[in-house]
This record gives sequence, structure tokens and C-alpha cells, in this order.
Amino acid sequence: MIISKKDIPGFLDKLISEYQVFAPVQEGSFTLFKPISSGTNADLTAANTKLPAKEIFFPQSEKLFSYNATEEGVKVEEVLDEQKKVIFGVRPCDARSLVLLDNVFDNDKFQDPYYLTKRANTIMIGIGCNTPLSTCFCTSVNGSPFDTKGLDLLLVDIGDAYVVEVVSDKGKSLAEQAGLAAATDADKAAAAKIKETATITCQVNTDGLKEKLDTNFYWPIWDRIHEKCLGCGACTYLCPTCHCFDIVDDAKDCNGCRVRNWDSCAFPIFTLHGSGHNPRTSNKERYRQRIMHKFKYFVDNFNEIACVGCGRCINNCPVNLDIRAVLEDVRGSEARLDS
Amino acid sequence: MSKLAEQIKGAAKKLLTEKKVDLVVGFTEGSLPLRGTPFFARTPEEADQLTWNLDCENNLANYLRKKPGKVAVVAKGCDVRSIVALIKENQLNRDNLYIIGVPCRGMIDRRKVAELLSGQEVLAIEENGDTLVIKGNNSSVTAKVADLLHNSCRDCSYGNPVIYDELIGELLPEKEAADFNEIKAFEAKTTAERRAFMNSEFSKCIRCYACRNACPMCYCEECFVDCNQPEWIGKSAYNVEDNILFQVVRVFHLAGRCVDCGACERACPMGINLRLLTRKTVKDVKELFNAEAGVNLEDKPVLATFTNDDPEAFLLKE
Ligand code: SF4
Ligand code: SF4
Ligand code: SF4
Ligand code: SF4
Ligand code: SF4
Repeated sequence: MIISKKDIPGFLDKLISEYQVFAPVQEGSFTLFKPISSGTNADLTAANTKLPAKEIFFPQSEKLFSYNATEEGVKVEEVLDEQKKVIFGVRPCDARSLVLLDNVFDNDKFQDPYYLTKRANTIMIGIGCNTPLSTCFCTSVNGSPFDTKGLDLLLVDIGDAYVVEVVSDKGKSLAEQAGLAAATDADKAAAAKIKETATITCQVNTDGLKEKLDTNFYWPIWDRIHEKCLGCGACTYLCPTCHCFDIVDDAKDCNGCRVRNWDSCAFPIFTLHGSGHNPRTSNKERYRQRIMHKFKYFVDNFNEIACVGCGRCINNCPVNLDIRAVLEDVRGSEARLDS
Repeated sequence: MSKLAEQIKGAAKKLLTEKKVDLVVGFTEGSLPLRGTPFFARTPEEADQLTWNLDCENNLANYLRKKPGKVAVVAKGCDVRSIVALIKENQLNRDNLYIIGVPCRGMIDRRKVAELLSGQEVLAIEENGDTLVIKGNNSSVTAKVADLLHNSCRDCSYGNPVIYDELIGELLPEKEAADFNEIKAFEAKTTAERRAFMNSEFSKCIRCYACRNACPMCYCEECFVDCNQPEWIGKSAYNVEDNILFQVVRVFHLAGRCVDCGACERACPMGINLRLLTRKTVKDVKELFNAEAGVNLEDKPVLATFTNDDPEAFLLKE
């Protein structure tokens, strides 16, 4: 199927009448996914949004339920977002990150209703990356600029129009409802050509990485690798696969709500026990955890690397602590510094 | 610049070879165009990786408190001001510190550079004297370095380190103190306008605390935002009031101590205009006490002293 670029606002406006539609929206010098009220607000020209699309399913601060206690008793009200949603213009790495996060929020031990309800009610319309950034390394971590994992429809930009590839039944019925025209053979050929020419310039070698991490927990590599890290939350909060959270009560007297907030392994209080003991005493242990979690523990648990190569942590780290270089150093690490 | 880089390498190697210091904190080439990144050299060989360029923007004073032994630091003007302020707060021992001072004309702001290519990714930046050549996928722009500096660098009149053990390159001609026009314009707004600005700016805040962690002067063992008994501040980021409260308290904690290095604003991934707040305190401290943080070792930290003629207008109501 195909949709011309000038028809996109109209297409979105129709969706808006039925769904809550999220799209990248210009916010100063970057774009963010925001609910849009008009199809003209969507901005598909910029590369990746500043914050990943995970924010829609797993918001930074999410009210789980509210409560108030009166003389009559306690009233608890669950807050469950059941609105039907469309995410328009999501990049393949962000879409894939949600497939990874599904492992965490939906497994044989836990099913998270807040996340899963939103996932079930959402249609994902992706857009392939004709010009990947120099910091994109999706192809090194099982993704690609036109990967369809986690998507219902994929748009391929062929100049004046997008060739629309149907990925799922959900996507198919949405495209049919919208009455999209069939793509000609020439359009399809143009899309195939675009896919071929889009090049990822950045490769990260992960050969042997997991095996190294299986053994190098106590090796000296960790003594220096974190040294410039400030221990802030920028890389974890901007990462589409980071998913640690903390649960707090925002309450006044007996009225309030329980809120789930993003948390970060980079923060000292992340592992602070009630006793005052902190098993991760310094930045070294915290930074090691970030790497271990993504490239070892997640692999142990779910057989996938918890990084989709979006490059956000590279572009936003205030001290340019580059995960690509870190992984290379980890791969080359030795049990002793002098060996 | 490359000449300065060579001199820095030489100085660092000498210090490490002669075992005058255990560690040299400086910059090495980073992984993004023209990005200097903090680097820790412990051997003369490692010192070979040190460099100096127009994007050595981090404030290295931040790393010094945590380092044992004798430490040398490659420090530009604002890093040295932070060092001086930290010495005065008994956070650094001058005797264990060797300052390799580098006179600084300012560091470039990658956000300003990015704007020049209007949305295209910046793939390379070449230094060419007073100009930079910025290259994208299929375009290239030449711009003046002076137009691309961080605002804090544009306004800085302490590019020359105020103290040092060794100087790299030549001292720069004195620069006049910048005006506070942006702050005055903000002060002139109505309360409602200021509030609206704060709301819109801090609705972007993701509470990553990069601003706090990048600041050399934010070194509390436990920051008030991390404390939960008592809980001074709400932990959730949907409440813009709490985001503002965090920043306002942070800025107040830095009043009279902030050296206007801009490290906090540079660290903010969400591009929030933090300097408007920090520089407001710089202006107030200058006007009320005629003081500036970290400009010499002699003056006591301004808010840690008391004199009988301190202005206390805020206490009096006539
Ligand atoms: S790696 Fe960078 S972004 Fe991540 S915590 Fe460290 S300083 Fe912050
Ligand atoms: S670790 Fe970095 S590159 Fe990988 S998914 Fe997270 S932000 Fe993207
Ligand atoms: S508050 Fe910001 S400008 Fe002031 S010293 Fe700290 S990092 Fe520098
Ligand atoms: S904001 Fe205040 S409490 Fe927190 S670290 Fe900085 S000075 Fe300390
Ligand atoms: S760095 Fe920016 S986004 Fe992060 S806490 Fe500070 S103001 Fe908020």
C-alpha cells in the first residue's frame, strides 16, 4: 500500500477521531512523542526522538491507584489507561525495545496490567530510517533500519510518498479502513532500493562479550571504565530498554496515590538498604550493573541483549562515556591488568 | 590548539615520569565530532592520549575531591575557579594538587553547531583558527568560533586561570565583565510571566540529576532530593512544581559558590535553561556583596562570612 506525504495529516486526523494518537512533535531543538490534536503536528523529518517511545507504555511517573480514607472506610481506585492508541512514526529500534520490554512486564512470574493494557490497545506505525545517524548501531544488536519487529505497519519514505508495509493483522485492518491505495511495482521497487541504500556506518562487535561478562565481574576492567561517569540518570532515562522503577506514595494525610517512577542503577540510593547498608558502594559497581544488566543478565533471563543500538546514551552523556567504547574495552578485558 | 595539546602532553608526561603526581586528569579525544572527553592518565604512556580542543567543556574540578594521592589537573579558567572555591570549602588540599592551567577563549556549544546544519547530523568539525568548518552528510558550513561559544563562555571574564602551578600557552588579554542583560530582562517580567516560563521550562525536566552531578560544587553526601526521611521533595516527575523546587533549592545551595561555569546546563539532556537561575544568584551576590566565587584564595566564601555592614535589606521591613 502507499500513502502520499500530503495525505498524512488527513490520515492522522481521521485516526485522531478514534484513537489517542502519538507522534514526534518538535520541542525546541529536539522531538518528543506527544499526543497530537491535529495531523499537521507530526514531525517525521527528525531522527530519533529525545525520549524513547517506551515512555508511552511505561511513563516516567505513572499513577497506579489512588486512595482516600474517610470515616466511612477506605476507597481505592485503580488508574488504568485503557484508551486506544496509535503511535505514529516510531523508529524500528524503539519498536523493538518494546518487544524486549514485554519480557519484563509479561512473563510466567509477573503480568503487569498497566503496561500490558496499553500494549494491547496500541497500534504501532513505524517509519524506516533512510539516513541512520552515525551513532546508530541497531544492526549490531539484532535490529535494522527497516526492522518490523514490534510494528503493525512500516512506512518506507520514497520521496513524495510512503510505501506502507503491512506487518500484522491489526495493521492490515487499519490500513484497509483508511482506504490506502495499492502500491505500484515501481513504488515497491523504489522502497526496496531505499532499504538497500540506507547504511549503518557504526558497528559494535558483540562476539564473545557475553562470555567475558560471565567471568569478569571481579576483574580490574571495572576499576577504570566508569571513572569519568558522573552517576546521573541521563543514559538510563533516555534508554528505550532501561526499565527499573521505584514505587512511592504521593500522599497528603490519608489521601493520595501510589506512583511508579523510573529509577536508575546509576543513583547511589538505588540499592540503599533500610539498614543503611549499600551493596553497590561506588560508581564502579553501579556502572558495572548497567553493562551487566544489558549484556549479561538480560541475556541470561530472556536470551536477548537489552540494547537496541539507538545511540541516545552516546549522544546525551554529559561526559561522552560511549557505550561502544566500553563494550570494546570489556571484550578485550583481562583477568589481570598486566597480563 | 594542537600546540597546546602537545604542551599538555609534555607537562603531564614529565610529572608522571618524575613521579611528582600519581594521576593527571585531563581530556582525550572523544567519540563524537570535536568532542573532548575526561581522561585519567596514570603513566607517561597514557599521558600521550591527552589532548586539548575547542570542546573540552566538562568541568574537571568535579573529579578531584574523590581522588587520593597527588593529582595534577588540566584546568581552564572555570575549572580553576571551582578548584579555588573547593579549596576554600576544605574539599581539596592545595598541597596535593598540581594545576596545569590553560588559558581558555571559550568552548563551543554543540547545540549551536547543530543548528547550523538545520536538522542534519554533524559528522565532522574542523578547527581552522578563528573559524570552524562543520560538515554534514552533504553540506558544509563555515562559522566563527566566537559565534558558537557556550553562553557561559561568551560571558566569562576569567578565561585565564586565577591560580596555577604551570601555565600552558600564553595568558590572554583581560576581558571585560559581561553585562547581566538576560537576567535583567527576566527580572523585569511579571511574576506570572516568570512563573509561566518556569512551568514550561521545567515541564521538560526528567529528574535525571545530570545538572547536579556535573556541578563541582554539588558534593553533599546526601542531596536533599535523595533523602526520604523527611521527604523534602516529591519524587515523581509529573509534578512540575517538584521539578522547579528541586532546581530552585539546588540553585540556592549554590548561591555565592557557583562559578558560572555552565557545566550544569551543558549536562542537561533536555536543554533546560538553567543558567538563567544560576546566573541570577551570581548577579545578586555581586550586587549585594560585591563578591564572586572562586576568583582568589584570599576572600572567604561570601555566604560563610559576616560583617557588620552586610546588607540585610531582606530582613527589614519599613
Ligand atoms: S554514563 Fe554518562 S549519562 Fe550515564 S550515568 Fe554516567 S555520566 Fe550519566
Ligand atoms: S544502551 Fe544506549 S544505544 Fe543501547 S538502547 Fe540504551 S540508549 Fe540506546
Ligand atoms: S551551578 Fe552550574 S554554573 Fe554554577 S558552578 Fe555548578 S555547574 Fe557551574
Ligand atoms: S543540590 Fe544542594 S543538597 Fe543537593 S548536592 Fe547540591 S548542594 Fe547538596
Ligand atoms: S539535568 Fe535537566 S532534566 Fe536532568 S534533572 Fe537537571 S534540569 Fe532536570
